[in-house]
Amino acid sequence: MRDNIYVDLIVFLAPLSLASVGGATGLYAPFQHEMVELRHWVTQREFVELFAVARLAPGPSSMLAPMIAFKAFGVLAALVAALALYLPSSAVVYAASLVWGRYRDKPWRKACEQGLAPVAAGLVLAGVLTLLRVVDGGPLAWITVAAVAALLTLRPRLHPLPLLAAGAAVFLLARAAGA
Amino acid sequence: MRQLTGKQHAAVRLVDIYRVFFEIGLLSFGGGLMSWIHREVVERRGWMTREEFLSGVALSQILPGVNSTNVSVFVGQRLRGAVGAAVALTGVLTGPFAGVVFAATIYQWLLGAPGFTSAVAGVAAAAIGMLLRFGIEAGRLAALRGPVAVLVMGVTFVAVGLLRWPMLPVVAVMAPLSVAACWPRGEGRDSPHA
Repeated sequence: MRDNIYVDLIVFLAPLSLASVGGATGLYAPFQHEMVELRHWVTQREFVELFAVARLAPGPSSMLAPMIAFKAFGVLAALVAALALYLPSSAVVYAASLVWGRYRDKPWRKACEQGLAPVAAGLVLAGVLTLLRVVDGGPLAWITVAAVAALLTLRPRLHPLPLLAAGAAVFLLARAAGA
Repeated sequence: MRQLTGKQHAAVRLVDIYRVFFEIGLLSFGGGLMSWIHREVVERRGWMTREEFLSGVALSQILPGVNSTNVSVFVGQRLRGAVGAAVALTGVLTGPFAGVVFAATIYQWLLGAPGFTSAVAGVAAAAIGMLLRFGIEAGRLAALRGPVAVLVMGVTFVAVGLLRWPMLPVVAVMAPLSVAACWPRGEGRDSPHA
């Protein structure tokens, strides 16, 4: 039953949805293997180019899969790919938050909440470091990161969009200055 | 002033949930999404407490799936149940989906545009700055709980961030320890004081 592209997308992506613990970066390898090497939906060169461009688009980096599905088969395939990729994991989270809310007033839930907070904070800070490694910007990236964080601490109400635009502007200026 | 109680607020309208998450999804460049959701949901609208949000963040990182969509489902579910979760998920994915379709259409041209990669790196750096501020803020609050919380946070950060150990085993060890440290003492199970 491998002649139906939609079935194929679901069979390939739905398990990955549940296997993708800890961010989408772990999905790039299976994406490449399945979509390029096994199925030849796009060429290796197209895959790399789409990967680069996908980083410009907003949203999770796993959106690369719907993007490739769109490139190869059109918008309906992209939609099926997105559903296959995000629905299974969302169902798990839904069940978890249902349980979470049901036991709202139990002392143990309070303990879980207080206990998980420092773990979450540690993970967020670790994520900052991981992302800094991925972004190739050198010292300029570190300075920008620190400046934005400092600015937001002083003025928490600042809208994120001008900050993002300023980041792009700084990097473009540095490039123009011949960095 | 319905902030901070997080217990009983008037039902948040679905259209507001969609609007907020649509905007978050559309403008979420570079991966600093968690800080943005926190800003919109906790700081600006007081839809839930910071602690509840952070527990959602932790759950989202442990459970399979993308953190940002997971948190959206969590928030949506907490606000309006199944429909709320579906609306939040749809909202946060609408923009990115349209974005990749659009980007795939024009990508040949984009790659040739001068300064393209610089601009992307700059946007990403700013987004990471947002995430850093959120992390510091979350860390500061967690630290108020005492030395155990600071230790838990520090070990988690060093193990995952610096040593680059796989997240799941680290969390599997740290989360139960941390929760145990906060567990209500004695037999008075019905008196939930910290």
